Amino acid sequence: MTIKKLLRHETILAVLVVLALIVLAAQSPRFFTVDNLLNQGRLMTEVGLIAIVMTFVIVTGGIDLSVGSILGMSAIMLGVFWKNFGLPLELAIFLALMVGTLAGLFNGLIITRFKVPPLIATLGTLALYRGIAEGVSQARSVRGYPDWFYVLGQGQVLGVPTQLWLLGIVAVVAAVILGMTTWGRMTYATGSNETAARFSGLRVDRVKLLIYSASGFAAALAAVIFVSRVSTTRSDMGTGVELDAITAVVLGGTSIFGGRGTIIGTLLGLILIQALKNGLSLAGVKSDGTIVLIGAVLILTILISNLFHRDGTR
Amino acid sequence: MSVEAAPAFRPRRSGLTRFVSAYGQEIVIACAILILFAVVSLINPRFLGANNLNTIISGNAYIAVAAIGMSMIIITGNIDVSVGALIGVLATISGTLAVAGYPVWVAWGAPILAGAAINAVVGALVAYGKIPSIVVTLGMLSILRGGLVSITGGAWISNLPPDFLLAQQRLLGVPAPVWFMVICTVIAFLWMRYSAFGRSLYAIGGNSEAARAAGIPIERRIVEVFAIHGAIAGVATILFATQLQIIQSTVPPNLELTIITASVIGGVSILGGTGTVIGSTLAAILFSAIGAGLIFVNVSAYWLRAVIGLLILITVLIDMLRRNRETRQASR
Repeated sequence: MTIKKLLRHETILAVLVVLALIVLAAQSPRFFTVDNLLNQGRLMTEVGLIAIVMTFVIVTGGIDLSVGSILGMSAIMLGVFWKNFGLPLELAIFLALMVGTLAGLFNGLIITRFKVPPLIATLGTLALYRGIAEGVSQARSVRGYPDWFYVLGQGQVLGVPTQLWLLGIVAVVAAVILGMTTWGRMTYATGSNETAARFSGLRVDRVKLLIYSASGFAAALAAVIFVSRVSTTRSDMGTGVELDAITAVVLGGTSIFGGRGTIIGTLLGLILIQALKNGLSLAGVKSDGTIVLIGAVLILTILISNLFHRDGTR
Repeated sequence: MSVEAAPAFRPRRSGLTRFVSAYGQEIVIACAILILFAVVSLINPRFLGANNLNTIISGNAYIAVAAIGMSMIIITGNIDVSVGALIGVLATISGTLAVAGYPVWVAWGAPILAGAAINAVVGALVAYGKIPSIVVTLGMLSILRGGLVSITGGAWISNLPPDFLLAQQRLLGVPAPVWFMVICTVIAFLWMRYSAFGRSLYAIGGNSEAARAAGIPIERRIVEVFAIHGAIAGVATILFATQLQIIQSTVPPNLELTIITASVIGGVSILGGTGTVIGSTLAAILFSAIGAGLIFVNVSAYWLRAVIGLLILITVLIDMLRRNRETRQASR
């Protein structure tokens, strides 16, 4: 029964994606070209990485609002480690990823040790991490990275943008973990009934710590790619990314109450959003009009999905 | 039903202990404000000048007012992440009417009505569409933000008539926004504490099944409280939009999160059912006092957000520790 329900939301979404692609391709001949589609994939990667891990977070019944700030903080730290501390760039990248992961772990600790609701905990760290980014950078940016670094954000491997490979690998790994492993089932169990999961002997807190750390890591990875793509670091990088990622996840059928959701759904949500953004701008609609449409699609999809599932528990 | 803001069923204690336990968070923030003022004015006595105090409080008054409505929403167990974008839209509506030559009361009244109407739709989607409020308002955030920029094209509104600029007017030497903040807070506090409507908000947030069993029309109440929240956001908009000679088509980034934070720091539990608007107003004052204080003690304003973030975490941790202790005591 649940599998049927899962399929249904994703089928609706897949149909929507195909419809959108057909309509957009008919609107502009430049939309359905390999170059354009690959380029859109490049632009989708940063939000995509965050949204994939956000799926895990939301499936556990949590939320992580601090990812945009972790992105900004990791980007600033990357610049500081490399330029101000004079470390080799490879090491600086590694340390920036560590900073993000630790920031995520810190979120997890607040949530599990002190039983602070995730919304509040990450609302606090949203301000804290962004504040650290602003305080450390003092509104200065770091530029002039070596050429090899730009391969990550601007280059191609086998004709496909480098970061798109990364997104693909992360998506496959995440889909396997969530769909086929014990860890995935523990994630669902935590989200559908935490007390029951605890009494079944699942180490719920450890699952959560790991997931929030992974969320921080994904945000830091997105930061490295972002810096490489735009060739500079700024403390306001990634502002609002959390809402984009959550929109993609929820659009993808993950229940905001936890216990339900898939990586495929999130990917479909991401693709639909990116296709709308790009296709409509090619068709001459201003990007602000597109944001309106994305908001409307989000509300309508969930509304329709709710109408179909009127018999369900929620 | 008990009229205590704090959970009922506690042993009778002396009036003072009861007061401290019911308003713990409000007292903590009030003390924080006093300590902050004391420390900063010791370092730099000019901090306590009447003009400076007025500026500190009136500049952020609109956040305090918006946090009143947000507190009501959170108390019912919902949330609204679109209020920042809503304030931007309402400011543009108000400014456009003022520049078009409509009487000033139309320009002031329109955002209140429009806010109520827009948020009534949000409330209906939450209550009757059964969509979680965070999802509806996330969508609404996109719709309002995108709609605003695509209609205005990002242009600023200037040439506002002088009598439109409410926030620059004073009564008895006190800026109008401060009056609005105080009056709105007091009315909302009394109304939520003593009226049947206000009590029902706590009931819905505390235990919606029990509230339904008690005969509270939950769906209608949710629509109503969202509409009231929209109207209050309209009042906040007027205070925000009339500060300067121009109205920008953007609002401060993350405004919605600042407003939510004020509510939460003020003691409104995100799980619903508890909290007062006095706390959220005090929290909004604390934010602006910290901002101004940092400048007066010569700390770079770039650290402001980090300080606020740290403060949020400390407040929340203290609150959770207190709550956990109380639950343990209650379960004994």
